Parts: sequence; C-alpha cells; structure tokens
Amino acid sequence: MSGYKKGLIAFAGMSLCLSSVALANDLTVVSWGGAYTKSQVEAYHKPWMAKTGKSIVSEDYGGGIAEIKAQVESGNVTWDLVDVELSDAIRACDEGLLEPIDPSILTAAPDGTSAVDDFLPGTLHECAVANIVWSSVYVYDTTKVRSWNAPKTMADFFDAKAYPGKRGMRKSPKVTLEFALIADGVPVGEVYNTLATEEGVARAFAKLDTIKDDIVWWEAGAQPPQLLADGEVIFTTAWNGRIFSAVASEDQSFEMVWDGQIYDLDLWVMPKGSKNKEAAMDFLVFASATEQLAAQASYIPYGPARASSVAKIGTYFENDNINMADHMPTAAGNFKNALQNDFEFWADNADQLNERFNAWLAG
Amino acid sequence: MAVSNIAVSGPITAADGTPLKKKLAQALFFSKVRAVSLVVPLFAFVMASFVLPIFALMWQGVYNDRFATYTPNLTEQLSAWDGFSEPHEDMYTALVTDIKTAKKDRTIGRIATRVNQEYPGTRSLFTSTARKAKKLQSPFKESVIKLNKKWADLEVWRAMKMTSQSLTPAFYATALDGRYTVDKGFISQVENRHIYVKLFWRTLLIAGSVMLLCLLLGYPVAYLLATLPLRYSNLLMIMVLLPFWTSLLVRTTAWIAILQSQGVVNDVLVWLGVTTDEARFSLIYNMTGTIVAMTHILLPFMILPLYSVMKTVPPSYMRAARSLGATPTLAFIKVYMPQTVPGVGAGGLLVFILAIGYYITPALVGGQDGQLISNMIAYHMQKSLNWSLAAALGGILLAGVLLLYWAYDRIIGIDNMKLG
Repeated sequence: MSGYKKGLIAFAGMSLCLSSVALANDLTVVSWGGAYTKSQVEAYHKPWMAKTGKSIVSEDYGGGIAEIKAQVESGNVTWDLVDVELSDAIRACDEGLLEPIDPSILTAAPDGTSAVDDFLPGTLHECAVANIVWSSVYVYDTTKVRSWNAPKTMADFFDAKAYPGKRGMRKSPKVTLEFALIADGVPVGEVYNTLATEEGVARAFAKLDTIKDDIVWWEAGAQPPQLLADGEVIFTTAWNGRIFSAVASEDQSFEMVWDGQIYDLDLWVMPKGSKNKEAAMDFLVFASATEQLAAQASYIPYGPARASSVAKIGTYFENDNINMADHMPTAAGNFKNALQNDFEFWADNADQLNERFNAWLAG
Repeated sequence: MAVSNIAVSGPITAADGTPLKKKLAQALFFSKVRAVSLVVPLFAFVMASFVLPIFALMWQGVYNDRFATYTPNLTEQLSAWDGFSEPHEDMYTALVTDIKTAKKDRTIGRIATRVNQEYPGTRSLFTSTARKAKKLQSPFKESVIKLNKKWADLEVWRAMKMTSQSLTPAFYATALDGRYTVDKGFISQVENRHIYVKLFWRTLLIAGSVMLLCLLLGYPVAYLLATLPLRYSNLLMIMVLLPFWTSLLVRTTAWIAILQSQGVVNDVLVWLGVTTDEARFSLIYNMTGTIVAMTHILLPFMILPLYSVMKTVPPSYMRAARSLGATPTLAFIKVYMPQTVPGVGAGGLLVFILAIGYYITPALVGGQDGQLISNMIAYHMQKSLNWSLAAALGGILLAGVLLLYWAYDRIIGIDNMKLG
C-alpha cells in the first residue's frame, strides 16, 4: 500500500478514535442499537461481566464494513467484536480484515453435541460465528384492513387494485427485487437464478413499476413501524424483530405476513489486530453458548443460530403470555415459503444492481 | 552636528555600528518569524486535517493500485498483452500464481472487489477459483477454464487489463455515466444504468431552487430585522436564531410530522375541503419535501448576511431619493436594493454551496426523486466501499463549485461579498 493511502486511513482512524473516546475498557462490542442491542446486553454482556469481572463498552453502528476496514488498515483497531450481516462477514473475511475463528473452541451443546454439529447449516464461517436468524417480511395494520380482506401472500403486497394505498419499502435493491419476483410468481427456489438473468431483473423492475408511485422508501429500521403507526402507509416491509417490539411493547395492532420472507444471519466477527483478542474470544465463546442464545430470544424474536437453543426458547421478558418460539422467522408456521438471502449473488451484483435501482428510482 | 553627520558619513548606522537598513531588516524578520510561528499551529492543523486528506482522496479518483499491488505477475503479463488476441498460457500461469498467493495472504477479496467494479458479476469467479486453486495443474489454461468457463471470456481479461492500470480515467468515466474500455476507449454506459449525470443536474436544480426560495423568503425578513425598532427586531432575531440552534435532525423530523399525508398540513386541507381524505397531497418523500425542508434549514444562512449588510445602509439615502421625487417602489429598487447586493451575493453563495453538498435531509425526506449526488457519494464511501468512484464524484462536484465561484467572481466580483 502506498504512503498516501496509509496517511489517509490514519486520518480516518484518528477521527474514529477521537469520536469513540477509547478509555481503558476490557472489551468494545459493536452492534446495531435499539431493541436488538438491548437483547444482547441482557443476554450476553451482563452475565459475562458478572462472571469475569471485566467491563464491556457497547457501541452502535449502522452496518457495513467501512469502519472495520478503516480501523484495520490504519492499524488502530478499537472494536473487538462486531455484529455484521452475512454478506459483509464474507466480504471482510475475503479482504483479510478479520481474525479467523476456529469453531472447535466453541462450547458444545448441553447434550454433548459438538458446536460444529449443533450450529445450523451455513451459520459457521471461516471468520464468523452466527448468533441469530432475522427476517424481512411485510406488515399491515389490522385496524385499517378488514379481516375478511387480510393480505396473505407476497402477491397481495403488490396488488394495488385490491389494496389501494401507499406501501413502505426499504430503499435498496436487496430484498426489494426478490420480493417483486416472488410476488410475480417465481418460486422461492428460483428467485436468484431468475435475478441472475437480464430478463429476470427486467421482470422484477416491471413488477415494481406497477406500484412505483405508491412506494414510500425507508432507510432506517425504526422507520417502518413509525410509517405504519402514522397511517402513512397501509403495508410496509420491515425487519421482524422491530415489528414484534412495536406490537409487544407499544400495543400496536400490526400483523406480519410471513409468506415470501427473506431471512439472513447476523454474525460476530473480530477485526484483525484486535488489542483484546483473548478477552474477545472468551466473550465470543460465552455468548455463543446454548443458554445465552436462548436467553437472547426472550428479548427479541430473532431465531438462535443453534439447534439446541431453539428448544430452550422461553417467553417474552415483559409478558409471560407471549411464547417467543411462535414469533421466530424459523417457527414452522412462518417458515413455509421462505428464502435465504444469497450473499454470493449480492457480493457479485450489488454495485451493478444498485446503479440500476437508483437509475430506476430517479427515472 | 547631527545634521552634518548624516550628510557626510554615507550609510546610516545604528548605535552598535551596523547599517540601519540591515538592522531594520533584522527587526522585521524577527517580528515576521513571531507572527508566522503564531499561525503555524493553525496552518499545520488545517493542512493535516483538511487540505492533505482532500488531496489524498482526490488522488484516489484517478489512481487505484489495488489490483496491481496484489497481482504483480499478472499485471506484468497484462501490460504486455494487446487486449485482442487469445490469452496465452503464460498469462494463465501468472493468474494461478497470483491467486494462490492471494488466497494464502487473504487478499483475494481485494482483487475480486476491484475487478467486480469494472465488470459486475466477476467477484465470485475469483473467490471460488481461489478456494479450488490448490487443485489446479499445469497446463493452467486448460485446467482454469475447465474449473470455470468464464475464464475463457475475453471481456474478463480486458476488465483485468483495465484494472491493472493503476493510473486510470475509468472512475471519472463511470462518474459521468460512461465506461473506459481497452478496445473502444470512452463509451457510454448502458441506458438503464445512467444515473450520475442526472443526479448532478438535479443537485444543481435543487440547490438553485433552495437558494432562490431562501432569497425570496429571507429578504423581507432581513429588511424587517434591519429596520424595525430594536425591541421588536431583537425578538425577531431570536425567532430566526432559535431554529438555527436546533439540531438538523430534529428540524428534518419535524417537517416529516408536518408534511406527511396524515400530517398537520394535509389534515387542515382536508378540514377546509381543499382536498378529500382519499386524495391527500404527497408533500414529503419527494422533491417537494426536500426543497421545503432544506429551505427552512438554510434560511438563517441567507438572513444573517443580508441583515448585516442592510444594517449598514444609511436610511438617509432612501429619504434623499424620495425627496428627489422617486416613488417608494422606485427608490427601493434603484437605491436600496443595489446596496444590498453584497449581502445577496454572500447569502446566495453560502446557501448554494451548503445545499449542493447536503446529504442528511435528502436521505430522510427525499424519497425517490429528491436524492442528491451527495447521497451517492455517501453510498460509495460507506456501503460499496468504492472510494475511488466516490472521489471521482466528489472531484466533479468540487470542480463544479469552483466553476460557479469563478463565474460569480466574474459577474459580481468576490470583493463585493460581505459575510458580516
């Protein structure tokens, strides 16, 4: 790497370290904020701090690997563990920004099943250990839609005749294009094959064209429940955990439509050159144990990444009548027509489809 | 006698015998050094935290050595290749050697990402080949193509040849909705991916509209501020400054609450019977919302310079014009307004340049047609991590602003500007 680039990255690193007032803490753990971070603090951070006597600083970020990249390349790593999406974990790993994690150090399930067998397929990677399965779904307000007319399928979301009104969608081609194809009748197993062709992309945009004037675009995860509560939209796509929180804690009358849900993983990664590698590894092993993953599920309905945790899922921490297992993306009733986000497809095509998506938006 | 001394003895000397001229130069030099050393910390700070990073980033817009750094053998082969003939065995051997090294050093992702920017869809070609690179046997051309037949595609090799050139106009070409290719030079990007030029024009349009609206709304307010008696104008000033001190995010969110379809404005319009409950106006999440929110946020930047200039216009000029027979309107247009031009220029330039780089407000209330080029720059800095493209887009924006500044200087004159 040339000198000027090092200098540039050093500046970025400098500003990062100025902004995060790095005191002598034992561990800095970074996640997405809101109800999600709260669930991790309750289920992982607090028990670990009680057990080891060390302290954890919890920081929020907005996803992506820009900060990790800046820290690693400037040689000033202040984040010890980061909660990232699967495509980002793979990409950062390929770019050499992460420490490899040996799955054999993870704790076995209570019944003795080794961690490698206990974690769900595809949740352990060279540099990352998954903690949850989350999902993109769409939601409606039960007070605004008559019960005999309640939407049931992804196609209903795009049916402007049967359901006139505005719809909220995330301003990103990811998930949006998949939803359009599922609604257009492409079986979930064929979605990414279709999207890999020029005709498939055109088909997805043509489907989006049918509701383009009705779409309200959101960017932050907190927006969709707000849009729906304000009556700004009749339907909105959203992350299932946020909607659950709005229903369980704020008494909103929202209902999720699980048909055509697109699920994804969140994983722990360790930026290369972490100064507290040992403590971070210890925390990772602790946090990925069966009990901790099951405990997290009491705070937010994101599915634990271990088979042995699924059986231990309890009730909502504020209300014993809510059985969390029923609200997971992976619950049998919800999982019927589900699609896993294809990280490789998006790693290959994100730039191109983003340009096209933005051109389509502006057009 | 003192007088005759000067006349006779040539160069004047100081008390210690050195020529006065030299002594003076010494004294001036020390005071200069002192003055400069007082400025040095600020100068160093500005250089280190502002000027150098800008230049370093601008340099990235034309120089990207990611590919060349991590694939030394392949780069050597590619620079000798003409871009048209069938790739030969040596090139494939270099490819396999570099991919194996990259796999070991965990840099394959950096190579793949860079080529993928040039030729979308090739990222997995590199990463999947790297995973199986150990199995590859000589002759490499045959075994690599057998592994993935995309390696026989001439376009992949041309894309690699492009990316192997560290000093490249490719990012500027992309930023202008074009492509720079090995065989055809500059060509236009496919129609459905045209985006940046359109966004540049829209950014200028929105920034221009916001500036004009700020001027229309701000001029009367500034006039009132400058002419009302102090106790009223102070109150008015507080009303201008309070929103100015309020957080940008709070003000933007407030506009969402006011303008949304179930919001205050629409409720009032429905109540008044201007529109029906079903046909509420879309006032936010589009260009209207962006312009309204940005105008509100940038208004103080127009009012304050205007006010400071108007405060200095003597009221006697207007009275003189009236006493010489001008109507109030004519006196205002011919006598008052020309004297406020420095304020208009300063406010206009300030608002325009702030608006052209605006990014949070359009991101929140812009919807689909209220996005600015800054949103794309942020996207490439934070999400796609294509810093070179972000730098190229930023470079074009900077050049545009400098061009406008130059035009302003030619037409109105920069000395004529008054910020306060």
